[in-house]
Amino acid sequence: MFRRLPEVAGDAIPFTIDGRPASARAGDSVAAALLANGVTTCRNTPVSGAPRGPYCMMGVCFDCLVTIDGTGNRQGCQVRVAPGMAVETQDGKREVER
Amino acid sequence: MSGQATRFDFDIAVIGAGPAGLAAAALAAGRGASVVLLDEQAEPGGQIYRAVTETPVRDRKVLGPDYWHGAELLGPLRDSGAVHWPGSVVWSVARPREDGPRKDGADGPRRIQIGLSRNGVAALLTVRHVIMATGALERPFPIPGWTLPGVLGAGAAQVLLKTSGLVPSGATVMAGSGPLLWLLAWQYLQAGARIDAILDTTPRENWRAALPLLPGFLRSPYLGKGMKLMLEVRRKLTVIGNVTGLRAQGDGVLKSVTYSRNGVEQRLPADTLLLHQGVVPNLNLANATGCAQRWDEVQRCWRPTTDDWGATSVEGVALAGDGAGIGGARAAEEAGRLAALDALHRLGRIDRTQRDEAAAPFRAALDRALTGRAFLDTLYRPAEPFRVPADDTIVCRCEEITAGAVREAVRLGCSGPNQAKSFLRCGMGPCQGRLCGPTVTEVIAAERGVSPAEVGYYRLRPPVKPITLAELAALPKTEADIDAVLKH
Amino acid sequence: MTQPNRGGEYDVAIVGGGLVGSALAWGLARSGQRVVVLDEGDIAVRPSRGNFALVWVQGKGLGMPEYAGWTKQSSDDWAGFAGLLRDQTGIDVAFRRPGGFMPALSEEDLQARANAMMRLHNQPDMIRYPYEVMDRETLRRELPVIGPEVVGGTYCPLDGHCNSLRLLRTLHTGIGLLGVDYRPNHRVERIERRDGGFRLATAGGEIGAGKVVLAAGHDSARLAPMVGLSAPVRPQRGHIIVTEKTAPFLHHPTGYVRQTDEGGVMIGDSFEEAGFDTTLQPGVSSAIAARAIRMFPLLGRLNVVRSWAALRVLTPDGFPIYEQSATAPGAFVVTCHSGVTLAANHALTLAPLIAAGDLGDRFKVFSARRFHVPQAA
Repeated sequence: MFRRLPEVAGDAIPFTIDGRPASARAGDSVAAALLANGVTTCRNTPVSGAPRGPYCMMGVCFDCLVTIDGTGNRQGCQVRVAPGMAVETQDGKREVER
Repeated sequence: MSGQATRFDFDIAVIGAGPAGLAAAALAAGRGASVVLLDEQAEPGGQIYRAVTETPVRDRKVLGPDYWHGAELLGPLRDSGAVHWPGSVVWSVARPREDGPRKDGADGPRRIQIGLSRNGVAALLTVRHVIMATGALERPFPIPGWTLPGVLGAGAAQVLLKTSGLVPSGATVMAGSGPLLWLLAWQYLQAGARIDAILDTTPRENWRAALPLLPGFLRSPYLGKGMKLMLEVRRKLTVIGNVTGLRAQGDGVLKSVTYSRNGVEQRLPADTLLLHQGVVPNLNLANATGCAQRWDEVQRCWRPTTDDWGATSVEGVALAGDGAGIGGARAAEEAGRLAALDALHRLGRIDRTQRDEAAAPFRAALDRALTGRAFLDTLYRPAEPFRVPADDTIVCRCEEITAGAVREAVRLGCSGPNQAKSFLRCGMGPCQGRLCGPTVTEVIAAERGVSPAEVGYYRLRPPVKPITLAELAALPKTEADIDAVLKH
Repeated sequence: MTQPNRGGEYDVAIVGGGLVGSALAWGLARSGQRVVVLDEGDIAVRPSRGNFALVWVQGKGLGMPEYAGWTKQSSDDWAGFAGLLRDQTGIDVAFRRPGGFMPALSEEDLQARANAMMRLHNQPDMIRYPYEVMDRETLRRELPVIGPEVVGGTYCPLDGHCNSLRLLRTLHTGIGLLGVDYRPNHRVERIERRDGGFRLATAGGEIGAGKVVLAAGHDSARLAPMVGLSAPVRPQRGHIIVTEKTAPFLHHPTGYVRQTDEGGVMIGDSFEEAGFDTTLQPGVSSAIAARAIRMFPLLGRLNVVRSWAALRVLTPDGFPIYEQSATAPGAFVVTCHSGVTLAANHALTLAPLIAAGDLGDRFKVFSARRFHVPQAA
């Protein structure tokens, strides 16, 4: 669980997590925005189905994989949130169509 | 490319916009070389100065003066004329094959080809010289339950603070050892964030080993500050020392942390566990480029082999900063400048004397920056159980392979990580061994009773970062490339 | 069944611990032989770690019909072989034989494939097996994910695939259970015939054995002359690409693209004469990726997680060598570039013959003497 420091200003960026409305700030990566919105689990692994969340926040661990605007297995910590972005958590293996 | 022609050849490519990369690019471009600075992030700074141009944390005392030093590296870069390509993922560095006619029309060594991906489009750049400034990543901290959501690296938490002004809420435990753990705790203190406990895993015997090195450390102009900061944290927070065992527990998400101390187990409720036990060179790109590497017994990590200028075993490829061995941000900056001078010399822009003369102040500054490093390396060498975990602990997060499975592979005859990788898929996932490589080497070494140097490391191949098959398919190819696939 | 052990502590020393060597070791140990496997270390030219994992029949044997028969026999025996391994080790090597396709991207290509299959089957002494030449619509019913450029393809119901890395691990597990002595970091420097057996000087000391089997891949070229054999093999480089794990969508293997049991899509391959250089060539990877996307456009979205170049062990005609030395009886050479497909044969058919000390007439056609032609007539 993470909270925003009170001094953080700036406009809210609306986006969705699994279809639900959510809010990010300029400069947030998708992974940061998930944590800021109380979402610590972003996927279940393709190997055992175990839940995972962001771990390294610098693009090396590949644990924060999510589906962004219909494309699966994107590294949430390496993509900045954009207004209207549709972020989806993942269950197991990626589908080839998305 | 939008109307404007994009250049695809440069004298020098600098990979990574942390302290080493920023300093190297500014110096080389400032002296007239055409330089491209390639970096994954949207803004320069690397991890240490992450978001220094745009952090929402306005109160400068929270992140501290060492962080804000990073901003001073940006002016020289801007003025130098170096081309900065943010959002560029480098997935390959290679020399084109030596057979066939030369197409670059130049004398001397063949140009180096860089595979990169920008905005979902892959491209090949040709350059004459590469300076990799790929920095460090957190040393893996394999404990039972470290894959649970709610467990993050302390470095990850620091990125959240720098980029987004996020701090943990709910029960928060920090665990491990090393300067970054104390720095983050101090930053959280300044920010008024909650920390329930710090579980210090620094082995008691490390103090004894490090003590003789203390005088050197005390001479350091930079590192002494770290000691003050640690003392302040110890005064204000609950610090539990001599922790010899850690387990993260929860049902789908972290709920508690169990630690052992003096043979007694205690459990702390936790919503967030921040782990850290130092950093190791981020060497995947150098390894995949074919740069030789060696085992560093003091830092207990693999590091690419480099000379005094950062030159690797691959001609035209240099490494600067923590990617070549951990020295910290100030040392990285100076190493970047030295690598840039050597690049200018190799490209014929300055002669050897000019290089050596220009290097003198940087070398002196590098020595100053490295003063006391031996003390830190010795004090914060992680305890064996956290480097060589018990059988039931996952070591490869991607393929979910335990230390026990690695040991079983050794019993089947795997003498190193590459055979173990083919037997177990350990290190075959998308992180390409970054989160398991150091552990697998040490587990195999301990099981075989030989040194990690003898065991070796994963032999990596491009792409070191994923690119889509469509991106790969769109790259330029020669007739020979196509014939090699279709004419059979 | 054990023969007098005249050369030293083992009945058989196998040089090479890849798929060929470990399958033979497994089969020899099951035949009651005391076996040592001498292997190189963690970094080695090791095609067994880089292959494409097909158990493939279609199209093989043009120019040597006996090879087609040998291949089909292995394919037929593979399910039983996988079952024996599973019973012994508890590991499933994921052998599946759903039939395989060779999709064609032009009418010319399809015609060439159809002609090759016809010429193959028109050879004298050729075994018969079913195959089909399919037009686009027929193919699309079987493989709905083909792209618009695919005009048709050939199909053979005998074709399949397995998890070849798991096969390697399973064979090593199996030989361990059978008491085979596996010795890594034992590169063989010299082999001498002595006291009716063989002495092998290795990086890890001297080993004695009654028989020696060269299954060392590329290194057999160096070792074979030491025991009166020849193994004129050369490396041929092939690039392979693997994508991230994906939910199952490709239910048949094809010659160039297959989805593994773990979900990754393996994409091959290239044919390059580049010596022992395994440096990846971005242009070659690109050409492989481009062809795969023409066949299956959906693949374009997937992330590449790994790629590598491995070195096929090729004889001048591409067919295997199986031979016992005439001058140093007890020394055998076994080399092929289809260590996965032929694993069942090596374990179940060839190993017992080596244990008995006689390959018999069937293998004369696979002798390296076929390459010893006079230089000029």
